[in-house]
Amino acid sequence: MTAAIARRPNAAPVYLDNHATTPCDPRVVAAMLPWFSEKFGNPHSLTHAYGREAEHAVEQARAQLADLIGADPRELVFTSGATEANNMAVKGAARFHRQFGKDGVVTLATEHKCVLESAKALERDGFRVTILPVGRDGLADLDALARAIDDKTAIVSVMAAHNEIGVIQPIKEIAALAHAKGVLFHTDAAQAVGKIALDVSDLGVDLMSISGHKFYGPKGIGALYLRRRPRARIEPLFDGGGQERGMRSGTLPVPLIVGFGQTAALAKVEMAGEAQRLLALRARLLNGLRGKVPDLVLNGDAERRLPGNLNLSFPSLKAIDLIAACPGLALSTGSACTAAEVEPSYVLRALGLGDALAAASLRIGLGRFTTATEVDFAVDTLAAAVLRLRAGDRMTSEAVGIT
Amino acid sequence: MNAGLSYLDWNATAPVRPEAAAAVAQALATVGNASSVHRAGRAARRLLEAARANVAALVGAHTENVVFTSGGTEANALALRAFPDRRVLVSALEHDSVLANAPDAVRVPATRDGLVDLKTLERLLATDIRPALVSLMFANNETGAIQPIAEAARIAHQHGALIHCDAVQVAGRQPIDMGRLGCDLMTLSAHKLGGPMGVGALVVAGGIDIAPLVRGGGQERNRRAGTENLPGIAGFGAAASAAIAGVTVWDAVATLRAQAETRLVAISPDAMVYAAAAPRLPNTICISMPGVPAATQVMALDLAGVMVSAGAACSSGKVRRSHVLDAMGVPERDAECAIRVSLGWSTSEAEIDHLVDAWGALYARTRVSAA
Repeated sequence: MTAAIARRPNAAPVYLDNHATTPCDPRVVAAMLPWFSEKFGNPHSLTHAYGREAEHAVEQARAQLADLIGADPRELVFTSGATEANNMAVKGAARFHRQFGKDGVVTLATEHKCVLESAKALERDGFRVTILPVGRDGLADLDALARAIDDKTAIVSVMAAHNEIGVIQPIKEIAALAHAKGVLFHTDAAQAVGKIALDVSDLGVDLMSISGHKFYGPKGIGALYLRRRPRARIEPLFDGGGQERGMRSGTLPVPLIVGFGQTAALAKVEMAGEAQRLLALRARLLNGLRGKVPDLVLNGDAERRLPGNLNLSFPSLKAIDLIAACPGLALSTGSACTAAEVEPSYVLRALGLGDALAAASLRIGLGRFTTATEVDFAVDTLAAAVLRLRAGDRMTSEAVGIT
Repeated sequence: MNAGLSYLDWNATAPVRPEAAAAVAQALATVGNASSVHRAGRAARRLLEAARANVAALVGAHTENVVFTSGGTEANALALRAFPDRRVLVSALEHDSVLANAPDAVRVPATRDGLVDLKTLERLLATDIRPALVSLMFANNETGAIQPIAEAARIAHQHGALIHCDAVQVAGRQPIDMGRLGCDLMTLSAHKLGGPMGVGALVVAGGIDIAPLVRGGGQERNRRAGTENLPGIAGFGAAASAAIAGVTVWDAVATLRAQAETRLVAISPDAMVYAAAAPRLPNTICISMPGVPAATQVMALDLAGVMVSAGAACSSGKVRRSHVLDAMGVPERDAECAIRVSLGWSTSEAEIDHLVDAWGALYARTRVSAA
């Protein structure tokens, strides 16, 4: 065990934070690079060859992304990422439907900050915001949702797969609940797209946020799926030159979009096999750890979760101490957006975890480039650190006379 | 540049500088979310902050005042929507990304030379005591006319107003000192100065609070949420440094521009160069060939391998009437025949010859068909 750890003294840390961001796939990088240099046209400059070449590339990428989620390419609006797409969807739908007397926003306590902050901003503008609790397993309560949605609700927003606990919500059922009341349904699918099969027609979602860098694509690019039939109507977040059918102004970043398209095309082909591989690696990691740390707690539903995700509590420890004790691993306590905060994850607290257990929790994200060797190294490193920290605690307690 | 093609549409976008492309490629090859606490995240954070310092240096600002956005349009939208309690005044010459984000704004008219009318600005500010935000671009994207920013800032501040300046066409083409100009907010775009598309910045002077447009994880000191586009930002930083280091190239560009303008006017003596009496960017020509619609000129030049535009590149690519020339009082029949030629740091004399030849051939054809 010690030998295995000692063998990697100067190696880069094993990256186990694939929910925060993923490495850009080298095949994606290769597809993008020419568009950073010789192919530099503005895709809106349709009066000349450089512009038309760029526009063609953008449309090809749009088709690749549409193909991954079963959409019509015209239903995709490129944004700077999922945060912008979520802001656009939640605020845009609420603001647009206010003219029809709709003033309600329904979402979950475990949503990503950018959905919750958008909801809060709407509340300050006079919208009725309902934030529903979730069960201990992290899943939405469908009955509570059905009761919370009424014909004055403008938008229901529920994340497809969770960024901290990996839980996959019953999106199809929730979309049906919203539609039964004539309400638009949005899902933040930043963590789900490219990891699990999602078909917008089958699921019946009206709006869906997608992120490039969460599935081996570049940062700075995302998209909002906007249903055409029946049309999901929203207000743009901001205005300008009227690009993206007036929904999202600004020069389209061609290299990022080309990379995003390539990312989607790779996911379409490799997603199913990758999921199987990650499930096996995850079982190896969890079983390995459980063998050495028997009181380990898995947070979130065990079955309905992303293949690469684990969220684990190590009772009596502080996750930040555990991370500090494992410099050879890149780990996190939760969302990167709030990683610098000292408070325990609001997501885990929404699952009913007490402060101590929430603060004892790690998020582990396995990804496309994670190997079995790395998983074994992680098991050994984490288990050794847990034993060391617990032994240290006992010694400290004994030293000060606490038993 | 591809053989036989002359790219003269630099105000739409510029080629990515090699330094920027290298920085992008390097950042793409590393993993890490700049908000993550672990080593990979901290390395990303260092790269991000180094780029922020380079972008700040572009306009003489403090590093912490730079808020990265997805581009110039978002930065303009953020600025124009940042102060819900202030009334907004915009010049009639502004880019669509300013005008569209302030639909209720008072429009400050322009002079025939293509400059904002400062007397009217002063009167509009003096006759309404409500706190205001003034938005005035540094240089116009269609005519290249450089606006009297320092004077406008002085007037704005005298009346308790804030001033925002869209500097996307100027940054990297001449040194900017935001503090000396007196600007409170300044918009920058990476791809106009040789950085990648998909990244820009709003520089916000110290002590000014802005309402965020995109909310969420609290990145960019709560002024712009979303995982930072690190490769883009790294490329922006590298492009900013390269632009500052190579800023003298624009003197040579100005010489080429002057030659081009003289030769074009010699071919078509009734051609009009807009904003010619104003101080202008060294690279921009807005010129009309009377009687020949801009769309015809642009297409003919494109067939000949010369890439120019009929005004701004935005939206659907449709050629529509320029609100800028309109604001300058250019009659519609002339404005419809105006094209924009914009040069860059690698524009060669051969490309100018190419333009002059193609324009000359078109001029000859139209005269024959008119005769």
